[in-house]
Amino acid sequence: MRLREIPITAWVGLFGIALALFCALFAPWISPYGETEVVGNVWQEADAQFFFGLDNLGRDILSRLIFGARTTLIVALAATVISFSLGIILSFTAAVSGGLVDTVFSRFNDLMMSIPTLIFALVVLAVLPQHLIVLILVMAILDSTRVYRLGRAVALDVAVMEFVEAAKLRGEGKIWIIFREILPNTLSPLLAEFGLRFAFAILFLSTLSFLGLGIQPPTADWGGMVKDNKDGIIFGIPAALVPGTAIAALAVCVNLVVDWLLKRTSSLKGGRGDA
Amino acid sequence: MSNSTEAGGSPARSLRERFPLLSIIAQRMVLSLILLLAVSALIFGGVEALPGDFASTYLGQSATPEAVANITAELGLDRPLVTRYFDWLGGVLQGDFGTSWASRNSVSEQVGNRLGNSLFLAAFAAVIAVPLAICLGMLSVHFRDRIPDKIINVISLAAISLPEFFVGYLLILYFAVNFGIATFPATVYQGMGFMERLQTIALPTATLVLVVLAHMMRMTRAAILSVMSSAYMETAELKGLSGWRAIVKHAAPNALAPIINVVALNLAYLVVGVVVVEVVFVYPGMGQYMVDAVTVRDMPVVQACGLIFAAVYILLNMVADILAIIANPRLRHPR
Repeated sequence: MRLREIPITAWVGLFGIALALFCALFAPWISPYGETEVVGNVWQEADAQFFFGLDNLGRDILSRLIFGARTTLIVALAATVISFSLGIILSFTAAVSGGLVDTVFSRFNDLMMSIPTLIFALVVLAVLPQHLIVLILVMAILDSTRVYRLGRAVALDVAVMEFVEAAKLRGEGKIWIIFREILPNTLSPLLAEFGLRFAFAILFLSTLSFLGLGIQPPTADWGGMVKDNKDGIIFGIPAALVPGTAIAALAVCVNLVVDWLLKRTSSLKGGRGDA
Repeated sequence: MSNSTEAGGSPARSLRERFPLLSIIAQRMVLSLILLLAVSALIFGGVEALPGDFASTYLGQSATPEAVANITAELGLDRPLVTRYFDWLGGVLQGDFGTSWASRNSVSEQVGNRLGNSLFLAAFAAVIAVPLAICLGMLSVHFRDRIPDKIINVISLAAISLPEFFVGYLLILYFAVNFGIATFPATVYQGMGFMERLQTIALPTATLVLVVLAHMMRMTRAAILSVMSSAYMETAELKGLSGWRAIVKHAAPNALAPIINVVALNLAYLVVGVVVVEVVFVYPGMGQYMVDAVTVRDMPVVQACGLIFAAVYILLNMVADILAIIANPRLRHPR
């Protein structure tokens, strides 16, 4: 792969993701004020000192945005990684084993997918204690159903190939077949799917936080910042739109990169998730 | 969706051979019913099985052991799970969802008022979004890989990434606050005139349309494009049909089944998207009701709303499957 062959849109996407990562990694050093520090009046207008103005409690929006990148990215990434590992392992196991295991896993997956993700999350979060780990796990498990479906479809295509047959005949175990035979050959479509799930996780986390069920205050998080500042909209104060724009921009960037990955692998069997 | 390929018992065989279409449709319906039953068990049983003690959560700070025991008995939580599930299910089948823990009102009454509002909003959005999405999708195919297609592609990619609440607040800020040509919050009440109601829900509808449009359009485009690359389309081109004529007469009929599927999937998505949009616009619908209930952990309301949303979702998916089978004869003979 040559650098010149990467289209401009993908560069924009990569740049946006890198910027968000940079904010997340170096938040305490680059943010002008503290995460929960009150530095002025409520909803003070933007000026040279406060780049995006102040929020509903008089905290600096830019600083909270930078700290929020940290929370949002970490939670979304953790949820995506867990969801992916879970979905891939279960779907590959189902595809390799076949028979009863496949039927049971797939039917249960169908059952889970027959409830809309957001509704399912609302029902479950109504019972579970409010905790970050719980939130990540709920997001991951609900999302893994989508990964499972794609993973199984992709793995079934590979599982019937001669080299898998050969590996089975020479007596390799299931774990070897999953990780050494199937995984390397399905990596491209799965990588694109990973990006797609990550974009979805960012949006999903933001939605939950916006509804007051995600990250709990005073921790800064982009969806929660929209919720905090939403009452200002009626008075024409656009404070809520700043974190909203950040969410949208990051999701667009991830999607741009995914689009490029999908185009590169379009000859392979891949599919866009139904989010 | 799920592939229902299992064959029934032998007595049904003759019936199936005589009415292949009807029997497949009946099979899909029964399958959806079973699915719905399983979902109801999951929503009720799964929720009860999760850690977290309702009574102490419900009481909060004042959870002395006696008070917890009292409230447990009052809410009937001391009875076995299976008994409670069947009581609940029996009530649901008669349209009784129990009483709310928070307000002590009948859940069914609230649901009755709000479900209509939500469905009205979703339906209004669908009426606008579906034709628009299909037209744009066809347009995009017609101009594929040229400037209009690329513009539509980039805009729709951006639109997919926008969270619903962001679109909502953007519209509020511009149309309700800055220009003052729309109303916010979108409060509707009973006895409101039809036109007045439409005017009130203009902004929430616009939000839903924008959110669902891009998705539906991209999927329509993909569906038509996959048909366009088939051999008979090449023939149409080679015999000299104009591009537009080939799309309308040859590609569209064959793309019908996937498009129907796309539309139904997105309608199902619309029903869920309603949740966030209702919260943004303070619209008195099911979504707002459910989110409020989740915040105060009002379980009967959460379970009722969860079940209703899931039921609508399953129903729409079932309709999609059935329409796809009707539109595409090849699906009638599962391998």
